[in-house]
Amino acid sequence: MITNKEDLIKIRDAYAGKIAFRQHGTEKVSDGKVEKHVLICGGTGCTSSKSVQIKEKMEALIKEAGIEEKVQVVLTGCFGLCALGPIVIVYPEGTFYSRIELDNVEEIVKEHLVNGNPVKKYLYSETVKGDEILSLNDTAFYKKQKRVALRNCGVIDPHCINEYIGTNGYLALAKVVTEMTPDEVIKEILDSGIRGRGGGGFPTGRKWQFAAAQPKGQKYVVCNGDEGDPGAFMDRSILEGDPHALIEAMAIAGYAIGANEGYVYVRAEYPIAVNRLQNAIDDARKEGLLGKNIFGTDFEFDMQIRLGAGAFVCGEETALLTSIEGNRGEPRPRPPFPAVKGLWGKPTIINNVETYANIPQIILKGAAWFNSMGTEKSKGTKVFALGGKITNTGLVEIPMGTTLREVVEEIGGGIPNGKKFKAAQTGGPSGGCIPASKYDVEIDYDNLIAQGSMMGSGGLIVMDEDTCMVDLAKFFLEFTVDESCGKCAPCRIGTVRLLEILNKITEGNGEMEDLDKLEELANYIKSASLCGLGQTAPNPVLSTLANFRDEYIAHIVDKKCPAGVCKNLFTYKIDLDKCMGCGLCAKQCPADAISRTDYVAEGHKLASMQIDATKCVKCGACLPSCKKFQAIYKG
Amino acid sequence: MKKKLTTVSFNGTKEQEIALDNVIAEHKDQPGALMAILQKAQGIYGYLPIEVQQHVALAMDIPLSEVYGVASFYSQFILNPKGDYAVSVCLGTACYVKGAGLLMDKLESILGIKNGEITADRKFSLDATRCIGACGLAPVLTVNEEVYGRLTPDMIAGIIAKYKD
Repeated sequence: MITNKEDLIKIRDAYAGKIAFRQHGTEKVSDGKVEKHVLICGGTGCTSSKSVQIKEKMEALIKEAGIEEKVQVVLTGCFGLCALGPIVIVYPEGTFYSRIELDNVEEIVKEHLVNGNPVKKYLYSETVKGDEILSLNDTAFYKKQKRVALRNCGVIDPHCINEYIGTNGYLALAKVVTEMTPDEVIKEILDSGIRGRGGGGFPTGRKWQFAAAQPKGQKYVVCNGDEGDPGAFMDRSILEGDPHALIEAMAIAGYAIGANEGYVYVRAEYPIAVNRLQNAIDDARKEGLLGKNIFGTDFEFDMQIRLGAGAFVCGEETALLTSIEGNRGEPRPRPPFPAVKGLWGKPTIINNVETYANIPQIILKGAAWFNSMGTEKSKGTKVFALGGKITNTGLVEIPMGTTLREVVEEIGGGIPNGKKFKAAQTGGPSGGCIPASKYDVEIDYDNLIAQGSMMGSGGLIVMDEDTCMVDLAKFFLEFTVDESCGKCAPCRIGTVRLLEILNKITEGNGEMEDLDKLEELANYIKSASLCGLGQTAPNPVLSTLANFRDEYIAHIVDKKCPAGVCKNLFTYKIDLDKCMGCGLCAKQCPADAISRTDYVAEGHKLASMQIDATKCVKCGACLPSCKKFQAIYKG
Repeated sequence: MKKKLTTVSFNGTKEQEIALDNVIAEHKDQPGALMAILQKAQGIYGYLPIEVQQHVALAMDIPLSEVYGVASFYSQFILNPKGDYAVSVCLGTACYVKGAGLLMDKLESILGIKNGEITADRKFSLDATRCIGACGLAPVLTVNEEVYGRLTPDMIAGIIAKYKD
């Protein structure tokens, strides 16, 4: 039981050395007996490529080798570089093993952990420079990042409350309840300038202020962990890698607004996150950090998890509250805002996981520290989930104001296969596309809105020249049509009509006046929908129309899909002079559409192949079979 | 989202019913308990047939329409039984741009069923799923808990064959 600040500091001091050992750029000290820490990523990405089995095998082999006293194996949260998973890091060196398989484990234990020689062939190639082996912090992916919300992900064992305390965990809560008044807490948050990380970007301090100003009585603190944007997974990573940060922050919020109950609404699709968070809540209760008389004061706070059930609209705050109440997750009109009338009609604040993860740091290091990062109107850092056509898919945390080019080219490692950057999509189905001409835009809330996109929760999908922008708009529209809750007509009916027009265009039946119709309808939906889902649903259409109008026109006028995606608007063809006549493509074809011609190209032995366009189903199966000769093309 | 009602007949056991009654008794008095009860009911039966929804409505003394309203609203709740091997193709953005749609086409032709359906022998069911967060492995599909990543359509037949017998 931790009953006062001194208890907490005692634990912190006992564990701080261990954490420092694994922290970026710190002195390479060893905490007595343990000489090496092996950190294995236990995030969802790496878990699905068997990192838990890797940990078990490694521990068994370490025991066999009799070095279990000298090596500690830790299953951590996400390191961020999911493209290289499963990832294994060995400290004190910070050696970075990537894409490790079960069969590699024995060699690593024998050579590296026992004999002290890192196994070069399994290391991430960027960290091997001749004889020198770089630490993960020297890689392009990590160098430019600034980790605040993700600071403990990939460092601590999320199952161990003491390791969190070792990073100054729960010290902010201790400071708040023993040294600060609720008004002082709110002022600190206001001064920091932090804005909601879940999408809208509303100043967090203002939200707290409104709720605190409501008459005393039952109030609630809610965490929005219903991360539904396809491609975004920062909230999941924080829940999996640093669950105590969320608990601490929610307790601080409770103290600030006068609430003693919290709800975390998490997607049921995140079993690892739910399990670790529940574990952390139980441990915090056991230690007296949740419950009555926290740090010996009369402040009490407790919290519980509610599982979402897969409805995108529940990321909208009022819909989320209706869902916690056990109903269909349909939004309510605002005002009244949740800060006045929220969960079960009581004043409620709702913040997103990433927002909460910043709070303890703001309290400990001060508003001025937080304020020093970022741009004029967007302070601090933001986590982005890089996905799509980018080399380093994964999670990155960057100061606001970093340019899109830096994120994609430097941190993200650029576009694979020598392709060109075409656009980046941010904000998921509510956002829009930033074209190559705006590659140097500094990322912050207001700049993204000015580009017709939005921050959203931080999904950043990179597209190369093979992506059709009309098809992309259609993809997002299909998503919103599917996820529209049906409560208000502009969203329920309007998005379906938008999708019909897009289908017409991608099928080759579009007319130029359809473009005007799209714009007109999109603007109606934006202005007349009840909640954020409907109000932003047309954004993918509007932003692709604004930036890639020529592609729409190509579909309508030339009946061509320039990227070769829309099946009705291209055919597969074989270049008769390039074709060697090997016939591999015909074997792949499920529709028997490929046959041999009588034509033998100059210098070739066999007659060339051809594709019968009337039989071809455009599955593309033939394409990879001709990698060597590149004779098959879309035209 | 429109959901298809099941065409397979209900065959719940007495044990399942007792387990369900225990869940209802445990949660009944908590505010907003319906979702939690339906989640656990689905854990017991594997899906939420209308018979189970009726049972929940009666035991909680709320209209069936309310139960059905919640069950049909959330995509996690399935009104159709899953196959022994539930095949799910991730159609999240990252997987989509890396060709997950082609994986779905291939599965539909190999299994002879459409997205959202189950094979006659109840062995395989096929679904599209939203982002499972393994974007670094895109495109991915899952068979029950097993994740297959960095796929191309020509790898599908081999994966299905592993589960055929």
